[in-house]
Amino acid sequence: MKFVDEYRDAASARALAIRIESITTRRWTIMEVCGGQTHSIVRFGVDELLPKQIKLVHGPGCPVCVTPTELIDKAVEIASLPDVIFCSFGDMLRVPGAKGNLLSAKAKGGDVRIVYSPLDALDVATENPENQVVFFAVGFETTAPANAMTVYQAARKGVKNFSVLVSHVLVPPAIEAILASPNNRVQGFLAAGHVCTVMGYKEYIPIARKYEVPIIVTGFEPLDLLYGVYLCVRQLEEGRAVVENPYARAVRRDGNPNAQELIRDVFEVVHRKWRGIGEIPQSGLGLREEFAGFDAERRFGVVGRSEDETTECVSGLILQGVKKPNDCPAFGTRCTPEQPLGATMVSSEGACAAYYRYRRHVMKES
Amino acid sequence: MASDNQEAKDFTPSCPIPPTEYPHILLAHGGGGTLSHQLIEKIFVPTFGNALLDERHDGAVVGLDNNKIAFTTDSYVVRPLFFPGGDIGTLSVNGTVNDLAMCGARPLCLSAGFVLEEGLLMETLWRVVRSMKKAADTAGVQIVTGDTKVVDQGKGDQIFINTSGVGVIECDHLISPSRVRPGDVVLLNGDIGRHGMAIMAKREGLEFESNIESDCAPLADIVLEMIAAGLDLHCLRDLTRGGLASAVIEIAGSAGVQIDLDDPSIPVSEPVRAACEILGLNPIYVANEGRFVTFVDQNNADRALEILRAHPLGEDARVVGNVADGRAGLVTMRTAIGTQTIVDMLSGEQLPRIC
Repeated sequence: MKFVDEYRDAASARALAIRIESITTRRWTIMEVCGGQTHSIVRFGVDELLPKQIKLVHGPGCPVCVTPTELIDKAVEIASLPDVIFCSFGDMLRVPGAKGNLLSAKAKGGDVRIVYSPLDALDVATENPENQVVFFAVGFETTAPANAMTVYQAARKGVKNFSVLVSHVLVPPAIEAILASPNNRVQGFLAAGHVCTVMGYKEYIPIARKYEVPIIVTGFEPLDLLYGVYLCVRQLEEGRAVVENPYARAVRRDGNPNAQELIRDVFEVVHRKWRGIGEIPQSGLGLREEFAGFDAERRFGVVGRSEDETTECVSGLILQGVKKPNDCPAFGTRCTPEQPLGATMVSSEGACAAYYRYRRHVMKES
Repeated sequence: MASDNQEAKDFTPSCPIPPTEYPHILLAHGGGGTLSHQLIEKIFVPTFGNALLDERHDGAVVGLDNNKIAFTTDSYVVRPLFFPGGDIGTLSVNGTVNDLAMCGARPLCLSAGFVLEEGLLMETLWRVVRSMKKAADTAGVQIVTGDTKVVDQGKGDQIFINTSGVGVIECDHLISPSRVRPGDVVLLNGDIGRHGMAIMAKREGLEFESNIESDCAPLADIVLEMIAAGLDLHCLRDLTRGGLASAVIEIAGSAGVQIDLDDPSIPVSEPVRAACEILGLNPIYVANEGRFVTFVDQNNADRALEILRAHPLGEDARVVGNVADGRAGLVTMRTAIGTQTIVDMLSGEQLPRIC
């Protein structure tokens, strides 16, 4: 398949690994920001090709993992109401809140549906005028434009029975929060390629400068990741700290201006709580006042209890790159994808679930 | 029944219960009275008609030449009922035929139990029943006994079908996970993931550039050819829900062996690969209905491949892995970039990823 196979070529991967090894003189800790990258790294065993001195840690870029518990509880509460059709992306359904997840709400009779695009949820609303249709608008800058478009369309068409439960988060504030933390060990970043497709990479330039960290705009295929690591190590070894964009086939400096305009029209930047990390100022998107009529929280008046993960779960530290899944004593024993203690064990993009699926046996040996 | 002429023209004779009479299934069609009788006499018996069914007994009495039989059962629930490459009728026949085939059995006869939802279009039932007949003919089995129940509207999803099947064991050695041993190779009869993606595309209204058709097919014939050639088949397993990965993990567990798969050798068609990439799914976990793995000794691999490839359902057969003397129950995958990872059982259905 074009744009896939050539980025999964074994010989090129080995050649890149050799180049990385040849320039590495000391230990470096690099974070891949996006959960999709984490998934790809463990699925293809990309990190096994790296020299021992390079440590990849997994970042907070999994929307399923960072959506706070109380928002999941609000979703479950709304989905359990009679006459509500609750639409969501597939992998949000298994995420545990304090009071169960959306799959259990469905099993108890709630009308919960998987959609592939938020516009499908709007169609559901048009087709079911007697029902209230709610879409769970989660994700990073990648899903924000389509979600904004849906609200915009709903307003334009005057669809009265549609609303969105919003929990949008932004990548740059999360990177800054990690870098500003006294526990930080991350020395370089592989920025999330598809977030940059939408937003461009200019907002990372001041971060790279301020914290003196290299930031490499990186794609999701094995060769993208290896090349991202190569450029990052090269900068670290040379003592440089700038933003580089080797993912030029998908990313331009300024991103997609139309998508950004749409986001700005519908959403405004707000403080947002991140599961396992806590509140990060100016780190999320909420509906602007003129679209407040589409806010499901207001429409249904739901109040989620603020509840933290069980004390045993270290997902917050994992999302900040301080710990790895196998550092957790509950990993693979008291915490599994069937009975997750925290969200990083739920989504296939979550670092714990990815480790559990592809690494479990290996780690038991070590 | 429609005339031969009509049948030759479009292969779909019209429903023998005229729409004007009963266009929908009523509760009474399961009530044991005249309407039940009408369903049996006009739809099931004329379609599935054979000497055993024509006995109209509570069960079928079957004579066997061999003293070893295989017996299996499966229930079929699928939405949508009709999808590219098949429907619930073809599934309900092929699925049970394939379970028998995996035991090394020649499928003989099936039962068919229907749970119909009140209000189901009679025409829909008719289409499904015709598909079952066609699939049974292709697979060389007879549907010899059956049952129908009707449930209130809203208590079922149009049609549920259970089929049980009996087959005669045709090989003199045991085919079972317990015979899988280090040194065996894993053969796969074709590209994976088509059934699951065909259903998902249709169910979710996803539009891809090319249409993906289910691989739904009866596997008894291709298996019996390997048996007839005298091959010592250690184990057979058809890949259904959970895909190639789950089937191989189950066998590694029950056989107490390590199985090493080779990702670049596993055939996946371009449309299925593309759809999986878009949705964030891994094809090794996607459902199939016409694919199976064969475990044979390394020395028999070439001969087995030759037989598989000579059959229309095995043209793209490959060696996709081998059995090693490693950790019991472990399945590994050599990836496209040459590293080795673990293949694990999914906790549930694969769910499409957000981004």
